[in-house]
Amino acid sequence: MVQLRRLWKEKYLYLLLLPGLIYFIVYRYVPMLGNVIAFQDFSPFQGFLHSDWVGMKHFMKIFEDKEVVRVIWNTLYLSFLQILFAFPASVVLSLLLNEVRNGKFKRIVQSIVYLPHFLSWVVVIGIATVFLKTNGVVNQLLHSVFGMEPIAFMQEPGWFMPLIVLEVIWKETGWGTIIFLAALAGVSPALYEAAIVDGANRWRQIWHITLPAIRSTIVILLILRLGSVLDVGFEQIFLMLNPLNKEIGNVLDTFVYFKGIEQSDFSFATAVGLFKSFVGLVLIVGANRLAKRFGEEGVY
Amino acid sequence: MIRSNSRLSRAADIINYCVLILIGIAMLFPFYYMVIVSFSSYADFVQQDMLLWPKTWVLDAYEFILGSKVLFRSIGVTIFVTVAATLFSLLLTAMMAYALARNIMGQRYFLFMILFTFVFSAGIIPTYLVVKETHLLDSIWALIIPSAINSFNLIVMRQFFLSIPNELSEAALIDGANDLQIFSRVILPLSKPSLAAFGLFYAVSNWNAYFNAILYISDPAKWTVQVVLRQIVVLGQTKATLSDAAQMAMAQNPPPTETVGMAAILIATIPILVVYPFLQKHFAKGVMLGAVKG
Repeated sequence: MVQLRRLWKEKYLYLLLLPGLIYFIVYRYVPMLGNVIAFQDFSPFQGFLHSDWVGMKHFMKIFEDKEVVRVIWNTLYLSFLQILFAFPASVVLSLLLNEVRNGKFKRIVQSIVYLPHFLSWVVVIGIATVFLKTNGVVNQLLHSVFGMEPIAFMQEPGWFMPLIVLEVIWKETGWGTIIFLAALAGVSPALYEAAIVDGANRWRQIWHITLPAIRSTIVILLILRLGSVLDVGFEQIFLMLNPLNKEIGNVLDTFVYFKGIEQSDFSFATAVGLFKSFVGLVLIVGANRLAKRFGEEGVY
Repeated sequence: MIRSNSRLSRAADIINYCVLILIGIAMLFPFYYMVIVSFSSYADFVQQDMLLWPKTWVLDAYEFILGSKVLFRSIGVTIFVTVAATLFSLLLTAMMAYALARNIMGQRYFLFMILFTFVFSAGIIPTYLVVKETHLLDSIWALIIPSAINSFNLIVMRQFFLSIPNELSEAALIDGANDLQIFSRVILPLSKPSLAAFGLFYAVSNWNAYFNAILYISDPAKWTVQVVLRQIVVLGQTKATLSDAAQMAMAQNPPPTETVGMAAILIATIPILVVYPFLQKHFAKGVMLGAVKG
């Protein structure tokens, strides 16, 4: 009774909540339930209710299917490369920017390096396609400086992973510095002054003051990144894939798209997607635990 | 601030500035190259006589694009989607965020429901099937409704509403306003600058959205600008995509795919460059707010 009265008193707030709630239920939670088709031989004509139940059949197929194993390997390898190269790039750029004393110069550089973040992947890869053509500017430079033969960057499978990482570095490194620079803005100048009085050179100041100031940010972002190790960016990879590099470049998300949407193998694609979501859930919960064990706050 | 002015420190400064200038050039050079390619003539581009500066500036690529309705129609579609989706998202997000910022019954469960979508996603195929079942397939509403609320923005906006002092709502309550009136007459006007910031971020992501468009839209008349750009630049299907212009240009030599592609990208990127200064004012704040836990 008391609860009903409270409900009535807050009726307008529930009214405000309702559209969003419906959205979450229909487009976020019903699809979660829709994952049951991974346990069926789903056919769109028979629908969720009348398709045959086949238990774990599709999940058993995941590890027997050579292509899926390869795709999982590609995903992990690409994630590893990104953590190894793209992640530290932001840290290094933050350190460089933090050493700049001229405020105006710093602001201009920041404006430039943040810009690529706001371009779409289509635009970035479109520019890269022309940039890296066999008769594009990069090949011309390589030819005139080193006398090299033109390289078909976008077609050669061996260049696929390096290009993906380079594109991520170009697009996101600047944006990635914001969170580190924010952490550095809180460092008291008195610390640097004291260090200078003690005779610390620039390198020692970075080592003993700047880096410790962003250590916890680095740890928490790294752990979060490990938690989403199976997410490597659908749009970018989808746009970069072509028949020549598909074997080396296909990752879990693109595999699910090709299998499910293009080949209409709904159940198997859903099983692979569900497998990915589930592993992702375990990883992110684990990563959060790990963050807390490191004495960090965690993310939730 | 005391500075160490040793010669070594000076040298380090100079090296640092040089490295940053080089990084800045690396970020800008692709833009520059895009511009000069778009203004290059066929002969210059094919013979590579325009490495850093075109021999002759020509408008062939732009004329070719103007001869086709396809790109401009897609820009029209994208403007509609961006405006509609941004307003719809903002409204839904603000309403839900405000309700959750007040201490309503069941608040904990609603918040859990939202936070859970951070760690577990439904997956591409089931979401596609739901969009299909709700009859949005091949409708531009498929680009607006299924991605209406970004959970992250919702949590950040709720955090913002929590920071508005309670006294304001209480004063309105005493004046006899109900919660709907408090929301629309007190809270929303107060939040205009923040709503503008969220709106900008939603708008940019809608303008750049590509995944939903290829997933849900197959009718070329409803293609968004990003899909058309992909056809032209990444797949190199300029003539097939802009077929009306290609027919008109048959008589002369049509410009190469690359120059048309770069011109199209430039046109499609102008809106982003226009709002960039406004975005910049807000994004440090946005990231900082994001660091506050929900």
